[in-house]
Amino acid sequence: MTSVQWKNPVVRWVDSRFPVFSWLHHEYNEYPMPRNCNYLWSFGAISMVMLVTMILTGLFLAMHYTASTTTAFTSVERIMRDVNYGWLIRYVHMNGASFFFIAVYIHIFRGLYYGSYKQPREILWMIGVVIMLLMMATAFMGYVLPWGQMSFWGATVITNLFSAIPLVGEAIVTWLWGGFSVDNATLNRFFALHFVTPFVIFGVVVLHVAALHAPGVGSNNPRGIDMKGPQDAVPFNPYMTVKDSFAIVLFLIVFLGFTFYVPNYLGHPDNYIPANPLVTPPHIVPEWYFLPFYAILRAINFNVLFIDAKLGGVIAMFGAIAVLFVLPFIDRHPVRSARYRPLYRKFFWILVANVIVLGWVGAKPAEQPYVAIGQVATFWYFFHFLVILPWLNFVERPDPLPTSIAEPVLKGGGRLAAGAATAKPMEKA
Amino acid sequence: MAETVSSAPGGHGAHAGETRRDFLYLATAAAGAVGAAAVAWPFIASMNPAADTLALATIDVDLAAIQVGQSITVTWRGKPVFIRHRTAEEIATARAVPVSDLKDPQTDEARVQKAQWLVMVGICTHLGCVPGGQKTSDVKGDYSGWFCPCHGSHYDTSGRIRKGPAPTNLLVPDYRFTNDTSIRIG
Repeated sequence: MTSVQWKNPVVRWVDSRFPVFSWLHHEYNEYPMPRNCNYLWSFGAISMVMLVTMILTGLFLAMHYTASTTTAFTSVERIMRDVNYGWLIRYVHMNGASFFFIAVYIHIFRGLYYGSYKQPREILWMIGVVIMLLMMATAFMGYVLPWGQMSFWGATVITNLFSAIPLVGEAIVTWLWGGFSVDNATLNRFFALHFVTPFVIFGVVVLHVAALHAPGVGSNNPRGIDMKGPQDAVPFNPYMTVKDSFAIVLFLIVFLGFTFYVPNYLGHPDNYIPANPLVTPPHIVPEWYFLPFYAILRAINFNVLFIDAKLGGVIAMFGAIAVLFVLPFIDRHPVRSARYRPLYRKFFWILVANVIVLGWVGAKPAEQPYVAIGQVATFWYFFHFLVILPWLNFVERPDPLPTSIAEPVLKGGGRLAAGAATAKPMEKA
Repeated sequence: MAETVSSAPGGHGAHAGETRRDFLYLATAAAGAVGAAAVAWPFIASMNPAADTLALATIDVDLAAIQVGQSITVTWRGKPVFIRHRTAEEIATARAVPVSDLKDPQTDEARVQKAQWLVMVGICTHLGCVPGGQKTSDVKGDYSGWFCPCHGSHYDTSGRIRKGPAPTNLLVPDYRFTNDTSIRIG
């Protein structure tokens, strides 16, 4: 860290006692970014903007919402009709959840394509998977709060997943509910937890960024090779601040387009029917961002040895996330970026298509042919991570890597620093 | 005192001193773990059903008005309870099934106290949806009992699982007849 001579005497006084200005300068001004990062690298910043948007709109919604089974639904309708700008704040929050997941899913697939989970970024990636899990829990509990039919029955189906645990399952479900069904106690605790988990996410995001900015780590880039020196980098400010700002504006245009013109497109109309514990909607579907996982849950409709179908589905669904958590230890191919891995690149796009198929199946009723398609797609999901990736470790011959980041950018590396022109895969800068 | 607590590492007394320090470490850690568990317990227990929730755990139902072939749904502990006044034909169908054909083997006799009254929690044992079949217009499934639309479980006229992903029969709650035409559930 180069120490900065601050001109303003107040800044200098503060900084010499608590170097917050030096930290900010180091992490967000001079922080070196690979010069070849494309717009897919903006989705981290976009996710951060969405997190702040959700916390801010959620705070103001909480000032009007009442967490009680008798008043929750009407308090949300009151927000929509009577509270000043309540419709705007709620629609931003509602669609914000979807667009937060869009940003995060793009961010994750970018990491998968460019091998951003590989050495030395394994812990960075694993912290990210924890953030995704926390987001899922938060989004699930938030969807329960309006206390519509989908809220109630989604909560019932998902909390009942825990009853699949042998011996203690029923006791755990009763404990989660605080009663014998999803009821007032459940709604109250979900509201409390939905309020606090975003701040937990914020804390884990700080860890995520700290793991990225750790010495010797830093951002990956489309070529997946390390920066060799200053000729490969640009300072974060103004290059990335401007680029990220532009990407954020484009993203917000799409997000607010949905919010203003089709605010209920991504939701389910049944959630505007007040919750009724005695009538199950004929077709329960989760929010779109859970559909691939829901399809995996439903794909296991057969017993596997002593594991019955219900427990098997739950294990498969959580396994689908657990496999991401240990991905850095499965894919040990030394080349990071799919640009130089012709086989991995093909399997990556098959995986993307496979996840989209899973999402499509998750929205369909549990009938043929959807069940069979879901089973094939579930099989492929695990086959990709548990068989294909280890197999590629041994057989894939990568295309030749460029010698440095600057070389292809500057056509022959005219400004290369002496001795910086030789790069090997995964070599430390 | 300095004699008893040897602080010279590697000295003759070191072994005895380390052992005693190890014991103190372990004892402190054990006390800390017990203390942490004691602190955690009230918080965890507070999430279990409260006294007033438990107090609502009993209801009385008058069966006199229910005609043969008619079903009613009552709410007990926030869940629907199906009460069906079964026809002689339904009882005969349920009792004719060999127990060995069942996924969750149970005789019809074991599921009722009086043959014409079938009382059970109307929650699918798969993932908690409410099966249809209470109204005459509902889809009753392949076994003329109840059918869960969520994931396609079929129940027979005794509420037993016959087809689909549900692992067990519809639950029969604890209940007793307080007189010939009324029951207390819970």
